[in-house]
Amino acid sequence: MSDHASLRTPSQRIAWATTVIVSTLVFIFLIAPILAIMPLSFSSGSYLTYPLPGFSWRWYDDFITSPRWMNALKNSMIIGVASTILSMVLGTLAALGLAQWKSRLKPLVLAFVLSPVVVPGVITAVGLYFFFAPIGLTGSYLGLILAHTALATPFVVITVGATLQSFDTNLARAAASLGASPLYAFRRVILPLILPGLASGALFAFATSFDEVVIVLFMAGPEQRTLPREMFAGIRENISPTITAAAVILTMVSVILLATLEGLRRRNERLKSGA
Amino acid sequence: MTDARLTGANASTEVPLKRRLKRAERRRQVKALALVLPLLVFLLFTFAGPIAGMLWRAVGDREVRQVLPQTIAALAGWDGRDLPDEAAFAALANDILAARASGTMAIAAKRLNYALNGFRTILTSTARNLKAVPEPGTAMETLVKINPAWRERATWTTIKDASGPLTGFYLLSALDLVRNADGAIVAAPPDQAIYRDIFIRTFIISISVTALCLILGFPVAYLLATLPPGRSNLLMIFVLLPFWTSLLVRTCAWIVLLQSKGVVNDSLHWLGIIDEPLRLIYNRFGVCVAMTHVLLPFMILPLYSSMKAISPAYMRAAASLGAPPVTAFLRIYLPQTLPGIGAGSLLVFILALGYYITPALVGGAADQMISYFIALYTTETANWGLASALGAVLLLATLLLALVYGKLVQGQPVTGGMKN
Repeated sequence: MSDHASLRTPSQRIAWATTVIVSTLVFIFLIAPILAIMPLSFSSGSYLTYPLPGFSWRWYDDFITSPRWMNALKNSMIIGVASTILSMVLGTLAALGLAQWKSRLKPLVLAFVLSPVVVPGVITAVGLYFFFAPIGLTGSYLGLILAHTALATPFVVITVGATLQSFDTNLARAAASLGASPLYAFRRVILPLILPGLASGALFAFATSFDEVVIVLFMAGPEQRTLPREMFAGIRENISPTITAAAVILTMVSVILLATLEGLRRRNERLKSGA
Repeated sequence: MTDARLTGANASTEVPLKRRLKRAERRRQVKALALVLPLLVFLLFTFAGPIAGMLWRAVGDREVRQVLPQTIAALAGWDGRDLPDEAAFAALANDILAARASGTMAIAAKRLNYALNGFRTILTSTARNLKAVPEPGTAMETLVKINPAWRERATWTTIKDASGPLTGFYLLSALDLVRNADGAIVAAPPDQAIYRDIFIRTFIISISVTALCLILGFPVAYLLATLPPGRSNLLMIFVLLPFWTSLLVRTCAWIVLLQSKGVVNDSLHWLGIIDEPLRLIYNRFGVCVAMTHVLLPFMILPLYSSMKAISPAYMRAAASLGAPPVTAFLRIYLPQTLPGIGAGSLLVFILALGYYITPALVGGAADQMISYFIALYTTETANWGLASALGAVLLLATLLLALVYGKLVQGQPVTGGMKN
């Protein structure tokens, strides 16, 4: 049995009970806001209060029929998918390179590659705003895709890099000694083995772009507004139930991403313990 | 003889092999670098370049130089003690006439007005009333007649200070410092000194949020690390789901919960605890609650991984040696969690420093952090020099802390995605 079952002294039991109670309260704090907002999106009234006057789909209907929200959803998908693909290509290549590269400069290069994650969003956004405006990349899809790719790539480098660390390089060597060209060995031996790492990297990249709002605030024209950008505008004006519907839809996307990631992690663990 | 020949033969086959290996290794390294290169070039264009550009704007001063080139040339030799000579006045008159013709006066007026309040009026009134190039020798007289400010030394030192191409003006402003007429760095007048307060406010909010995250996160991380894996994996969902939920959804949720007719106020009213709704949002309380909610997972995850690595045998050993539980916890357990506490706190603090969206949505005017002002000066008032200088200070603070963080977590896997 676990450790806490063998607690002997009363003070230990009190300490454990306190931990459990405080943790439960924190779990409620973490999850309650997200749960509380959901039923409101099904309210038949237009006030965001409980008890709900009745059930209705009208706010989802509102969301789906609104050109503004549909355009935002479309933009989020376009920019998210494009920057995921671009960051996967750049990030995977870099992770493969970094895994083989031996140099004293490596920590420095790695720090540089990861720095978009640490630098405050506003600073990146302001820099890009000054830099992209004169060359016509503000108010364009391309500008946003490039900016989101810069933010997302570090996560790809981290996840793919972590997968490569557990990858047995002898397998690549064996493929080479059996006459496989480097490209063939990559496609038939390395790729299938690091695929789960690539998939979680892609999920991270997509989530990063899908949730990003600071850069969109600075760089998007009216045509390129994404879901978070519309949410931001909506929260500023006043929160209507349509925003809660949008919030529920966004949360569903996060749940799907999280569940997929968890599935990948479990599969990876199974493979490892099976080996 | 035979031996020597043998060793000689050995040596001759060995050296090329070594060299071949070395060459193959070098080729491998070049190939590895070639794989990293596309990302480095990409980041140079989409990240490092833009930020370098922003830093350049923080110290660059080109507006006045562009609009009043002759004046600046004439002021080059001026020591700043008395009024400049007639030649400088004549050059200024020429520049003003040229600027009025090309419509560029506003660019210089805006920059000079930052340094000396009212300079815009001085320039525009002069431009309006200066009819033609003054007769030789009368430029000083003409300009002073149009606006007596041209008799003030401060008017001229302001132009000279703004003559670029480099300036410390914006960086000094960001720290509430100015250069006085004699060129010494002094504290800015109180009505202009606002940024130090904003930095302190940013710092206080970040520290409060970090402390709240640590207090709330520690027991949770302990519970997750102590429970058997099956159950802790299940409870981990409570941490990971908010972590993956959009920042805007969570901010929106807190507004719904905390507003005056919101769920919390309604429940408290219904329970008879309050008569009047409490003000829970659009103030410091709302900012701290929402930011703590957003950043708490960044505290729990590093704490959890550091606690997971602590063997329960230590605590059992301490207990068997007679240490009371509190002593064992304080002397044995807590010190081993310090790396996790350090990493989690630094991470939360770094992320909190740069926060923009949450305070902008749930804070009042007195709760806006430094990022808000950087955004404001960039998009609303277009004081790009000051926005860049404030950004430079924030960037420096972030990078220094990140450096410490990097040393702290060296060799440990990085967890999670970060959101702003």
